[in-house]
Amino acid sequence: MKIKLRVWRQENSKAKGKFVKYELDGVDPEMSFLEMLDALNEKLIKEDKDPVAFENDCREGICGSCGLYINGYPHGKGNKIATCQLHMRVFKDGDTITIEPWRSQGFPVLKDLIVDRNAFDKIMSAGGFVSIDAGQAPDANSIWVPKENADKAFDAAACIGCGACVAACKNSSAMLFVAAKVSQLALLPQGKAEAKRRALNMVAKMDELGFGSCTNTGACEAECPKGISIENIARLNREYLSASFSEPE
Amino acid sequence: MNKLDAKIPEGPLAEKWNQYKAAMKLVSPNNKKKLDIIVVGTGISGAPAAATLAELGYNVKSFCYQDTPRRAHSVAAQGGINAAKNYKNDGDSVYRLFYDMIKGGDYRAREANVYRAAEVSNAIIDQLTAQGVPFAREYGGTLANRTFGGVQVSRTFYAQGQTGQQVLLGGYSALKRQVAKGKVKMFSRRQMLDIVVVDGKARGIITRNLVTGEIERHVAHAVVLATGGYGTIYYLSTLAVNSNGSAAWQAYKKGAFFGNPSFVQIHPTCIPVLNEYQSKLTLMSESLRNDGRIWVPKAKGDKRNPNDIPDEERDYYLERRYPAFGNLVPRDVAARAAKERCDSGYGVGKTGLAVYLDFRDAVQKQGKKVIKGKYGNLFELYEKITGESPYETPMMIYPAGHYTMGGLWVDYNLMTTIPGLFAIGEANFSDHGANRLGASSLMQGAGDGYFILPNTISNYLADEIRTKLPSTDAQEFVDAENAAVERLNKFLNINGKQTVKSFHKRLGNIMWDYCGMKRNEEGLKKALKMIDDLQKEFWRDVKIPGKLDEINQELEKASRVADFFELAKLMVNDALNRKESCGAHFREESQTEGGEAQRIDDQYSYVAAWEYQGDDKPPKLHKEMLKFENVEVKVRSYK
Ligand SMILES: Cc1cc2nc3c(=O)[nH]c(=O)nc-3n(C[C@H](O)[C@H](O)[C@H](O)COP(=O)(O)OP(=O)(O)OC[C@H]3O[C@@H](n4cnc5c(N)ncnc54)[C@H](O)[C@@H]3O)c2cc1C
Ligand code: SF4
Ligand code: FES
Repeated sequence: MKIKLRVWRQENSKAKGKFVKYELDGVDPEMSFLEMLDALNEKLIKEDKDPVAFENDCREGICGSCGLYINGYPHGKGNKIATCQLHMRVFKDGDTITIEPWRSQGFPVLKDLIVDRNAFDKIMSAGGFVSIDAGQAPDANSIWVPKENADKAFDAAACIGCGACVAACKNSSAMLFVAAKVSQLALLPQGKAEAKRRALNMVAKMDELGFGSCTNTGACEAECPKGISIENIARLNREYLSASFSEPE
Repeated sequence: MNKLDAKIPEGPLAEKWNQYKAAMKLVSPNNKKKLDIIVVGTGISGAPAAATLAELGYNVKSFCYQDTPRRAHSVAAQGGINAAKNYKNDGDSVYRLFYDMIKGGDYRAREANVYRAAEVSNAIIDQLTAQGVPFAREYGGTLANRTFGGVQVSRTFYAQGQTGQQVLLGGYSALKRQVAKGKVKMFSRRQMLDIVVVDGKARGIITRNLVTGEIERHVAHAVVLATGGYGTIYYLSTLAVNSNGSAAWQAYKKGAFFGNPSFVQIHPTCIPVLNEYQSKLTLMSESLRNDGRIWVPKAKGDKRNPNDIPDEERDYYLERRYPAFGNLVPRDVAARAAKERCDSGYGVGKTGLAVYLDFRDAVQKQGKKVIKGKYGNLFELYEKITGESPYETPMMIYPAGHYTMGGLWVDYNLMTTIPGLFAIGEANFSDHGANRLGASSLMQGAGDGYFILPNTISNYLADEIRTKLPSTDAQEFVDAENAAVERLNKFLNINGKQTVKSFHKRLGNIMWDYCGMKRNEEGLKKALKMIDDLQKEFWRDVKIPGKLDEINQELEKASRVADFFELAKLMVNDALNRKESCGAHFREESQTEGGEAQRIDDQYSYVAAWEYQGDDKPPKLHKEMLKFENVEVKVRSYK
């Protein structure tokens, strides 16, 4: 296949970026999207041009590094996969593909398609944990968790921290990401002790870092590669409300 | 004189660790505040180590090359994590877990370390559960277990096919908690370029900030490497593509011995190579072998649709050759058996380099719903990549490079031969001998990080309380930084014609062909020459665009691949030296009539620890003789 690409190029966080057009021949439908970009980069390097910087590591949809805005959708449109799991077989010969970095105030561009998602780490530091030092834990089977709750907690915990939810949201809200962690821990007895404080602190940090507020558009859920459900946002809201009404922090 | 002292404590096996802890030197809480520790790596060993050391009161600096510690390669582990809980009441115990690992490792691991790893396994599950790791549960609310290859008990804890992610996120959350408390200072997007040794002790590291390109010096009382394995030396492997051996390699060149470098696990169940562009191979968890049956057609070149091949015309070769363990033989055995069938012309798929992993019978017996519950996300993963549904057609699988049992040599304290430099997790050589059993790497890494290193490091640091740290202006730091910068500039100035990737791919092919699943003297010698030639070509003709002081991913790759050339030669030399077969190391010259690995215990019952002698000199071999006082060394049989 022959593919036309429009790729966002930006030298560094201070530079002004722009779209640059490329044509790539010999694209195999079996290639993954990132392998297609590898091929582009090999070509650019040989032509004495700067290769396109993009982040990736596991290349199997679990580390959350990769994250490209493809034809207007994070990780490509509504397919429940991460960019690295996208294959060229979904495109046709002659297609034009537009590739951009995440666009959000919370995620400044560092170079080309790489953004800074450090804000997620900061939100996690604000409360995304259970306060237990190594060595303090009781026998694991002394904590019983109904299977349904454990399964729901797992579903929420499956978040890979990619940031697609933010990129998909017109308000740049990080609600789904925060809700996933708050829900996971609120669903488990281990997380209960700190549940209120966690909800308040993580939401406060998210606001402080410039992420927008949630207006329930559902765009995040539609683009989340792990299918994290917006039910989690409802749960976060409940946790948050009950926390705000009880003890002031 | 032999410099190797494993420092194994005296006393009966089951008492060693407790006695060690009772006798070790402690650092008082007040003094811990005065001690700085660098931990490089944030995987299942590094994140817990950094968090736990901080909980204890030390000042920790944590490093990783990703944008956030949560993306360390451990996140990709799928199947599970072992512990000797015996929740199933099926006869499991610390001793049995220890025994399985010693046997699984084909009697090439150190008894005392392995026993300790088994001993702390239960506390790991407790810790992770308390952190909120959502392990799979039974309807009654208790934790669920499953079986993994090479054992006959059910001791594996899991979270669907994403155990690594969940377990790592537990460690990551502990780390974030300490970052919030200011006890851990986080340095993401840093590539470690060198270790700094001052007066014979590890005192710091040199890093490159991968965003600004700035070269930085970091000083501490001790340095811990938790930098993972080097399976990406094969180019195509199941590891995250940026995984590398560079940190361990820099340590080696600064004087740390490298243990059993050629011991690499080739995982039997991966999605086969589909095309020439492929950049990585995806693992299909070993847990699939619990219900999937592996076969090839009995007739060579049978191109029929697998569903049309009746049972009489299928060769379930693992069940045939190993009736006792069947499809659950250990990885090395399963991988070689697949290669044997394919090399003999029975392989399937486009390339003939694949075998079937079939769920037909399991779906029939247990129903689609149950199978979906167990493996749903793995089946989806498979379908996303290949476009085929394992519910309908058998999966196709083939072995791929996966895990490095080899790594930095460490003693019982997990300290390398450089005082003050520790190595944990996959980066060390310690617990898996010549072959690792499934679900025991997360266990070993987490054990090292949460429970072992935090103790043993105190034994070392107790004598460092009064040491004044060198300044980062010390000559050793200046020299290390200058050498690192010089090397990076050298890459940028070659200005040749070929890309780093093309070199990596070629190196990977050489290693796969000659130092992979099967090795022989002739091939290994040939490989040495080929690697040498390719390495020269690399330094003459590689092309690295861009500059030093910016995000430059090609430059990052170049320094990894440059190290891989050197490491590759050490691997080949190690494989040449070991003329026996053991575990994953299969020397064709040393096999039984039935084609099984043949150990030569009277000559090779040792850990090969290699000492760097300079770029142009052959490395020096030191032998740590292995003593088996608690298990009887037997021929490993899974028949
Ligand atoms: C696909 C797959 C599935 C697996 N499944 C299982 C399983 O089910 N059960 C099991 O027990 N094991 C499994 N394993 C093995 C297991 O995942 C690994 O052995 C283990 O996670 C390694 O952890 P680690 O802490 O040693 O290192 P890693 O998780 O590899 O982390 C390495 C860290 O070091 C950092 N680093 C490396 N080099 C540098 C440098 N130069 N500078 C700065 N930072 C650096 C990285 O940023 C990273 O943080 C699996 C492995 C693979 C590949
Ligand atoms: S909630 Fe979904 S989209 Fe958002 S960070 Fe997590 S995995 Fe990515
Ligand atoms: S590269 Fe890891 S999720 Fe895509």
